[in-house]
Amino acid sequence: MKRIITATVRNRSGVLNRVTSLLQRRQFNIESISVGRTETEGMSKMTFVVDVEDYQKLEQVTKQLNKQIDVIKVSDISEKAIVARELALIKIVSNSQLRGEIQGIIDPFRASIIDISKDSISIQVTGKPEKIEALIELLKPFGIKELARTGVTALVRSQQPASNDSTLPSILG
Amino acid sequence: MERANTQAEQTSMQKEPKTGADLLVESLINEGVETIFGYPGGAALPIFDALYKAQNSFTQILARHEQGSIHAAEGYARVSGKPGVVIATSGPGATNLVTGIADAMIDSLPLIVITGQVAQGIIGTDAFQEVDVMGVTTPITKHNYQVRNVNDLPRIVKEAFHIATTGRPGPVLIDMPKDISAEVITNHLPKEVILDLPGYQPTIKPNPLQIKKLAEAIEQAKKPVILSGAGILFAKASEEIKTFAEKYSIPVASTLLGLGAFPGEHPLFLGMAGMHGTYAANTALYECDLLINIGARFDDRLTGNLASFAPNATVAHIDIDPAEIGKNVPTEIPIVSDAKEALTKLLAHNIQQPTHEDWLVRLHENRKEYPLWYNNPDSEMIGQWVIEKVYEATEGKAIVTTDVGQHQMWTAQFYKFNSPDRWVSSGGLGTMGFGFPAAIGAQLAKPEDTVVSIVGDGGFQMTLQELSILQERGLPVKVIIVNNQALGMVRQWQEAFYSERYSQSIFNIQPDFVKLAESYNVKGLKVTTQQEFIDALPEIFDYEGPVLVDARVIQQENVFPMIAPGKGLNEMIGVKP
Ligand SMILES: Cc1cc2nc3c(=O)[nH]c(=O)nc-3n(C[C@H](O)[C@H](O)[C@H](O)COP(=O)(O)OP(=O)(O)OC[C@H]3O[C@@H](n4cnc5c(N)ncnc54)[C@H](O)[C@@H]3O)c2cc1C
Ligand SMILES: Cc1ncc(C[n+]2csc(CCOP(=O)(O)OP(=O)(O)O)c2C)c(N)n1
Repeated sequence: MKRIITATVRNRSGVLNRVTSLLQRRQFNIESISVGRTETEGMSKMTFVVDVEDYQKLEQVTKQLNKQIDVIKVSDISEKAIVARELALIKIVSNSQLRGEIQGIIDPFRASIIDISKDSISIQVTGKPEKIEALIELLKPFGIKELARTGVTALVRSQQPASNDSTLPSILG
Repeated sequence: MERANTQAEQTSMQKEPKTGADLLVESLINEGVETIFGYPGGAALPIFDALYKAQNSFTQILARHEQGSIHAAEGYARVSGKPGVVIATSGPGATNLVTGIADAMIDSLPLIVITGQVAQGIIGTDAFQEVDVMGVTTPITKHNYQVRNVNDLPRIVKEAFHIATTGRPGPVLIDMPKDISAEVITNHLPKEVILDLPGYQPTIKPNPLQIKKLAEAIEQAKKPVILSGAGILFAKASEEIKTFAEKYSIPVASTLLGLGAFPGEHPLFLGMAGMHGTYAANTALYECDLLINIGARFDDRLTGNLASFAPNATVAHIDIDPAEIGKNVPTEIPIVSDAKEALTKLLAHNIQQPTHEDWLVRLHENRKEYPLWYNNPDSEMIGQWVIEKVYEATEGKAIVTTDVGQHQMWTAQFYKFNSPDRWVSSGGLGTMGFGFPAAIGAQLAKPEDTVVSIVGDGGFQMTLQELSILQERGLPVKVIIVNNQALGMVRQWQEAFYSERYSQSIFNIQPDFVKLAESYNVKGLKVTTQQEFIDALPEIFDYEGPVLVDARVIQQENVFPMIAPGKGLNEMIGVKP
């Protein structure tokens, strides 16, 4: 099962290496990691999408992360109402004839063209990972020359549904 | 504090400028360090120069190999409860420590490991004797630091000691680039360092609700058993566990590393459980309906096949490390806490006296019917017998260290540890070469106590160069080589699981251990029969100095009972017929 876990960490040297080495050593599968500074000076937030077999393994991921001295707080936010976003840059094969068609495809995704050359075009898209997957699928027929994704980053929504609410959003929602 | 002042005075009297290395040494003094296990080299020279100036402040032990230094520091930590301090140079000095660091990590021993490093300006250039020590040791330390600014040093040292010794103990490494050690300190550093570790707040006190749950489970249980682990020793909770077990008549099984936490000769003691544990202990774990694990991490050598581990039990687990709870065995009553705190709370709780007479009777019968056993030959020696004799000769009071292998298991089985902090062995890593240097550290920590190091002829040869320290320091360690002229434990597995194909496990050539001992000015004895051994006992234990005994035992003897790899607690072989 896929889970989104966030970790607030101290910006001390080697902290990223500590965390990734831990996940690798304990054989936790990481789908993506994103890291960046937070509102607090000296703190960064890491967001992981992990693929774990069961709850026992999931519990181990959070507990092992928590054991790291430079990790301040670990949250599994998969079952919370969250906003999760990813950014992707996609370079595809294109020419002046195709541009209009491509524009038509990307418009509904609110993606934008950020670079154009004679034989290629680069597109920027943000959104839930599913949305990005969908756009990539649609662009594949043109021939993807390069793809760069940031990995998911997420925030817990301020307003949480009552805890007995069974209509929880999709975990990557 | 007084010592700190004298140190400061000395330095100022010499009117030499204070360096980063001086500051490091001063911080060690402030932490109350008394013994240092060091081995010098280029990148660590400023540190060793500072140590030279402070030589009155510490006992400094020069092992003959860094692995010797660190295992000695582990032995010191295990029996003293204080952190062992190790200092080595960069590159090969640091990598020679790696085995010991990993050993301390898995067995939760508090160590402060200080490594020299090349100067910051050349870090990352594959400089002479440069190794990425941070990268190498990140997975095998509780935490590690590279000092990048000399002003951070007091804080780093303070944090390192705090992290190494609190919560679940473990090794902390400080990597000191040479320019930091050599840097002259010009500014005035604040005297008091305030700990600021928001990400490190070990839970010490149990959740009262979980204690209540456990209390209720005890009241209901018909077949309760306690599994006593090394966590009891770290928590210094031997008194509490004894009172608790006695109060509710709950039998106690121990892990290998928990031995001594509960008295080995107590009527409620079932013995060690696990791969080479007793029938009574393993059967109790298999059949129990309530398993109270206190400070054991459910290692696979203990549990055997998880599918048949305590299949009918409600499992309660008291551990200071939340990550150990539920890691291997699903746990209904998780209690994150220091063992002493939890036991104290449990003892204060009004638990109704449980009734489980039948269970006690049954376990008692198991103990009587299926004890540990061996067939003693007429005159030749076997390992089990040797251990029993050592146990008798030392009245069970010695500090005993072992190496890894058959002799280790026999010691765990036949030396009945009645008090804590007497038992020093490498459990989780099973590090050959550990036992002898660990005895040196133990003897340094407890100069008045008898320290016996029981080793195999294989493992002893991995770190025997430390015989030099015995001579140099006049340490009266008694080394008993259980000499089967083989890598016995390996030979046993090859006999049992590889159709007696003894691949690389028999020694055809060995040193003359007596001459070897004598060349280090250590008394050496070779004994080949039971009578010779009995006659030699006074020579070994009444003699003031160190002794090395080459005890020739029968090669074919095996450790039993046993649970074969992959099998469950209910599938023991070699139980007394
Ligand atoms: C050849 C060989 C054979 C072996 N056979 C066996 C065998 O038959 N049986 C066996 O048991 N082992 C055996 N072992 C050892 C085994 O590998 C483990 O090392 C051992 O089982 C660990 O014991 P432990 O869990 O008590 O100690 P540790 O591994 O030291 O674990 C201690 C636990 O206590 C916790 N703790 C620490 N401080 C506190 C505190 N203050 N309060 C509460 N909890 C705390 C820690 O978090 C940890 O979970 C063998 C090893 C070798 C080399
Ligand atoms: C450093 C290291 N290498 C290899 C092993 C694997 N091993 C475990 S027990 C053993 C045999 C030990 O032989 P010896 O020291 O003679 O002790 P005995 O089993 O004969 O008592 C070996 C090789 C180990 N535990 N540690």
